[in-house]
Amino acid sequence: MRMTITQKILAKHSGKIFVEPGELIMAEVDLALANDITGPVAIEEFKKAGGRKVFDREKIALIPDHFAPNKDIKSAELCKALREFAKEQQIVHYYEVGRMGIEHALLPEQGIVLPGDLVIGADSHTCTYGALGAFSTGVGSTDLAFAMMTGKCWFKVPETIKFIYHGKPNPWVTGKDLILHTIGEIGVDGALYMSMEFTGEALSYLTVDERLTMANMAIEAGGKNGIMEPDEKTLEYIKNRAKRSYEIFVSDDNADYSQIIDYNVEDIQPKVALPHLPENVVNVEEAQNISIDQVVIGSCTNGRLEDMRVAAKVIKSHKVHPYVRLIVIPATQQVYQDMIKEGITEVFIQAGAVVSTPTCGPCLGGYMGILAKGERAIATTNRNFVGRMGHPESEVYLSSPAVAAASAIKGKITHPAEVTSNDI
Amino acid sequence: MIFKGNVWVFGDNIDTDVIIPARYLNTTNPQELASHCMEDADPDFSAKVQEGDIIVAGSNFGCGSSREHAPIAIKSTGVSCVIASSFARIFYRNSINIGLSILECNDGIENISIGDELKIDTDKGTIRNVTTGKIFSARPFPDFIKGIINAGGLLNYGKGENVNV
Repeated sequence: MRMTITQKILAKHSGKIFVEPGELIMAEVDLALANDITGPVAIEEFKKAGGRKVFDREKIALIPDHFAPNKDIKSAELCKALREFAKEQQIVHYYEVGRMGIEHALLPEQGIVLPGDLVIGADSHTCTYGALGAFSTGVGSTDLAFAMMTGKCWFKVPETIKFIYHGKPNPWVTGKDLILHTIGEIGVDGALYMSMEFTGEALSYLTVDERLTMANMAIEAGGKNGIMEPDEKTLEYIKNRAKRSYEIFVSDDNADYSQIIDYNVEDIQPKVALPHLPENVVNVEEAQNISIDQVVIGSCTNGRLEDMRVAAKVIKSHKVHPYVRLIVIPATQQVYQDMIKEGITEVFIQAGAVVSTPTCGPCLGGYMGILAKGERAIATTNRNFVGRMGHPESEVYLSSPAVAAASAIKGKITHPAEVTSNDI
Repeated sequence: MIFKGNVWVFGDNIDTDVIIPARYLNTTNPQELASHCMEDADPDFSAKVQEGDIIVAGSNFGCGSSREHAPIAIKSTGVSCVIASSFARIFYRNSINIGLSILECNDGIENISIGDELKIDTDKGTIRNVTTGKIFSARPFPDFIKGIINAGGLLNYGKGENVNV
């Protein structure tokens, strides 16, 4: 009867004492989330199926973040559809431009997702909230429509791979580097259909922002969810944000794992993922001297305050390379405001960067920094697929904010230690 | 269900940005999505593909985004079925939910070539290569998934009393 944290949350939400890998369950969701791309499709399906009222207007989040502020007329229509549905259904967690942020940064920040929750989102990076000890996973618009009607979603209980990170991270090594290393080792389908449980001493050195980055990229290894047991840092993060009760789950000793993988993080150095898959991971040194045209610091992966602090520390008293565009996108309005308060925005602007309002924007090739044919970007985002940030013959390299910032200064992929002696 | 059609071959890790690039996600119109399907892998795919054709691909087909626009785009080109050695999880769910037939098959499908004619029986899980005479077997769906397909998709399934699995 031993269970992992993932099994326990799924059991609790399906009214069972025990669930085992492979079992099909119908579970109640604590939150169902959609954005301006997936939401309108879900709303159409909801209406086609005869839906009149959502199951609970407090348990749905609708966030226009991908192509918002509206990038063109068609996007404006999608955002309008989302807004009208939110109004009609009196959705509590609807965030208008000016108050919205990138969904996976906004919801943890605002205390809308909490430990022990079961969250589904019509966005693949919904797995982010696992960093707080929640089970959260991406679904499509039809699943989301079904959840908006019934409050439920079906799942196959996944097997779990346990990743144990031993030791203390080296200077300039962040949560992003640990997850890139992991994806590089196991591949983009290395955790297909599975739960990825992250544990080990090294995680205690990471900020909650860095942990959110790790769970965020579980999907890039094919994972169903990425999850960590809450610790003191988690509780400290939750303390002033939670407006409702929550439950802490931890894995039982000797719970069943399909595989246990150990990493000594003292062997891990800052990483870069080369085009066109997140598994093409090398040490920064192996990619240095690759020239770049654009740098993006932002996204649901690395657009949080800690990311901005690190990037600003690297960029301070430097200038962005004359032929490089540095685009900084704080993930939420709160991050934006905190950056101003801490003087981070000024550091970026003085260096010659553009600082945008929150949006997913260029990460998925929407707008705010699209690449021309043959151009190359280094980005703190999560995917470097063909055409991801623009022209199908452009290239995206993935890295941490520190490496991206150092690269913006030099105009080529650069280890942060090369431009500053400040450690993070 | 039985499908008969000609094959288009794609490799491993065909991601949702290749299936339907995000620059076209400012619409939900299925025909418009279909006109850009697989564009960054084969710019002429949507013009060349015929009603009933079959996609055969390698591992992790549909990895990346949760966009349901991806299976919608494929279905709207007229493609009858996608066969791959494995599918990414969200794409797999989405295909079932919108009624795009998919089959997971590890039985040497790399030997299927572009233009081959296949005859597929999804109930039996058999794939016959009419051109070469070879027969492959695919993993059939679990009963629960069959239930969703037979109900005509997830939302119809939910209307019944099936919600309490």
